[in-house]
Amino acid sequence: MSYEAIKHPGLNLGSAHGRDHDAAESMMFGFWVFLMSDAILFSMVFATYVTSVGATAGGPGPHELYDIKSVFIETLLLLASSFTFGMASLALKYKHGTARLIGWLAVTLVLGVAFLGFELHDFASMFSKGGVPSRSGFLSAFFDLVPLHGLHVTGGSIWLICLVGQIAMYGVDTQVKLGVMRLALFWHFLDIVWIAIFSVVYLAGLT
Amino acid sequence: MNLADIFQHPLGRMSPESLPFWQMLQDPTEANVINGVIATGAASVVVIGAIFAVALITKYRKWGVLWSEWLTSPDHKKIGIMYVVLALVMLTRALIEAVLMRSQQAFGLGGGFLSEDHFAQLFSTHGTIMIFFVAMPFLTGVINYVMPLQIGARDVSFPILNSIGLGLTAAGAALVMISLCIGKFSTGGWFGYPPYTEASFSPGVGPDYWIWALTLASLASTLSGINFAVTIYKERAPGMKLMFMPLFTWTALCTSIIMIFAMPPLTVATAQLALDRYLGFHYFTNELGGNMMHFANLFWLFGHPEVYILILPSFGVYSEVISTFSGKALFGYNSMVMATAAIAILSFGVWLHHFFTMGQNANINAVFGIASMLIGIPTGVKVYAWMWTIFRGRVRFTVPMIYSIGFIYLFVLGGITGILLASPTIDYQVHNTVFLVAHFHNVAVPGALFGLLAGYHFWFPKAFGFRLNERLGMVSAICWIFGFMLAFFPLYALGLMGLPRRSAAYNEPSYVPLEIVAFLGAILLTVALVTLVVQLWVSIKHRDENHVFAGDPWDGRSLEWSVSAPPPEYNFAVIPVVTGRDAFTIAKQAGNAYQPADTYADIEVPKNSAMGPVLGAIGFALAFGLVWHIWWMAILFFVAAVVTMIAHGFARDTTRIVPAQQVRQEHRRWLDAVAAAKAISREDERKPANQGLAEPALSGVPA
Repeated sequence: MSYEAIKHPGLNLGSAHGRDHDAAESMMFGFWVFLMSDAILFSMVFATYVTSVGATAGGPGPHELYDIKSVFIETLLLLASSFTFGMASLALKYKHGTARLIGWLAVTLVLGVAFLGFELHDFASMFSKGGVPSRSGFLSAFFDLVPLHGLHVTGGSIWLICLVGQIAMYGVDTQVKLGVMRLALFWHFLDIVWIAIFSVVYLAGLT
Repeated sequence: MNLADIFQHPLGRMSPESLPFWQMLQDPTEANVINGVIATGAASVVVIGAIFAVALITKYRKWGVLWSEWLTSPDHKKIGIMYVVLALVMLTRALIEAVLMRSQQAFGLGGGFLSEDHFAQLFSTHGTIMIFFVAMPFLTGVINYVMPLQIGARDVSFPILNSIGLGLTAAGAALVMISLCIGKFSTGGWFGYPPYTEASFSPGVGPDYWIWALTLASLASTLSGINFAVTIYKERAPGMKLMFMPLFTWTALCTSIIMIFAMPPLTVATAQLALDRYLGFHYFTNELGGNMMHFANLFWLFGHPEVYILILPSFGVYSEVISTFSGKALFGYNSMVMATAAIAILSFGVWLHHFFTMGQNANINAVFGIASMLIGIPTGVKVYAWMWTIFRGRVRFTVPMIYSIGFIYLFVLGGITGILLASPTIDYQVHNTVFLVAHFHNVAVPGALFGLLAGYHFWFPKAFGFRLNERLGMVSAICWIFGFMLAFFPLYALGLMGLPRRSAAYNEPSYVPLEIVAFLGAILLTVALVTLVVQLWVSIKHRDENHVFAGDPWDGRSLEWSVSAPPPEYNFAVIPVVTGRDAFTIAKQAGNAYQPADTYADIEVPKNSAMGPVLGAIGFALAFGLVWHIWWMAILFFVAAVVTMIAHGFARDTTRIVPAQQVRQEHRRWLDAVAAAKAISREDERKPANQGLAEPALSGVPA
């Protein structure tokens, strides 16, 4: 692979995509920069959580509230969705056809929505055990961090649906290609954030 | 919030008591009447000003032009100008507030005329506005205008995003303005420390106005930072290596990087405070595990880098101004770049000095104290580099140069008091006194504001095609400099004498003389601003005799001077090829500036987009609904925001072509004007003879 073939970090469309490959340069770089900013956002919320773990104020703590089984399933769902999005990216890059692209995107969406379903179920069961955000500083910090990730996944899912809509209207044009590539980065980024949440919040909380 | 609530209280918690004159009508004591009249007067100025503006635009039938030429324009130059206009409007309000505060303190022995609550609103809005709605839009505007021209780009990387940033900033500013008319602004200062700003102590709308205005502004700044950084990394003209970039572009890059990393902590802090206030969370409350130190850390993790966001672009302006008006290349360019980058990095390691007295141990204080003092080193490098640039230059005392020289003297003083404050032991003595107020105004006013005003005078002819009146500019600059000294030097002494900051009144007669001097300073600063307005008026009136269409009135050195004034919408008919620093000076010396091209190509530019103004309006309405707990409004406009963004994703056909024929015509028209213009020497550049074409510099002058 020559130097020119790589216009930006991550998966490139490659010169077979002509002008779309060129157009990706600023757009993808800009999105990486945005993700850096978003990473700072998450790190601030992580910092709030880590320094609030002890602030249960007599209310329920991690051991009473967390359900590792459910969280483990969520983790598998999200990791699987990252893999399927990877397949969608490859279908885009190697021009495997619109049907395959939409297929992989649809599988990703299903996995993402399933993740959100499990997560909401977790929250509901925490609520039923008295684990509401207004109960303590610890719970406030928890409900800042984990739902912030969930909101990102929700936003990503809406974005995904919109991209499929755009494919239906315009086919796989430049903007759809750049959109899929950016959403892919976003999706993988959320996967990494989730691994941090799984380790820092759930595993560390239950040890 | 429930459904019944929405129907029972369609206006949320708005009531007649939210109007500024209500209390004085209900309970007309002398104090209430004075405060009511001032508040109502201020509200009327906002309302009358808005009506007046609408009437003027309607009378001259300019709505169409305003919408299609300005508000929806994706052109970085127009967006930059609108940012600066917003900043100047807000500057006017915040300066009036400053004068009110100084007069309150001048008469503050044993009482004064304002209530404590009114005074607290004044210092809170003054600080919030000056930081977020004067300095930030001003510097964003100047970077927007100048940076793409300096690097030989046609526009920023993401023009629509740029327009959205402007819309959100304007929405935040509008929120602060409307707080004058309906309800009250926060009394918690510009950094809004909880638990005071929590619902239990400040149940009113004030902190909510503050939260949402800042949220809008911080989102806008994050977007701007990303946009500028990507533009500088990706859109430079061929041959322009990073180390060939003009210093202003370097400072713009470092400022952008700070924006990208420092804005998110603010977004988190305001969002968490909002969750505390709206949904009963416990981040910063006194009870149930809340901890206000989280807020202090988050806010200053933003707040200290913010100081360098404000100052670095001005450092860039001073570098350009001093180099240009000394007729020399900038001394120590490499050191300047490294100093700028060093400041940007160090800025993230000193936030704790904002709360030395809030309970951490002495060793931590020592580490942060030393880190804070370290910033003096790169800053010192800069001061020396500016002085060496002036040394043996052929200096012309133009208006931007006056600001720059005033800056060097005053900023060194402000820096030295900063070093004093960086020592935790001294900080324990003077913290929370007006010594601190004097210090940060001493760096912010000569540092940030003077620089931006210098930039305004420096690049105004580029943006509008005519020069500003030199004499009035001089008067204004001198009023700013001496007004600043009168207004803030007494505060150093008052601080050492023990006057706490934010005091509405005091019982110590020895404060009075110094307070009166400071008040006179505030008056002089008002004169400075009025002179600036008069200067603009006079300059517009006499624009024909000061036009500089040829584009290079000051013998400029970087690429923005190599095009017409004002530049065409696509900036460069032909993208220049850069071979070194001070690219335009190189071209002029080599005799190949002002060259026609053999062939011209079609140029693709972005089409106008309503996204900026529409998202701005939605953002304002959403925030207003949230402030007043008008839930239907908040929900409606939240949905509207999501729908608008989705719809934007479906937009296609977003660019248009400027045909090569038109580019050629415009370029040739300008080149003809250049050929017809008479080149003038540096001594004559302030005379009407200056048509924007500079005589080649004398040889033998050190370059």
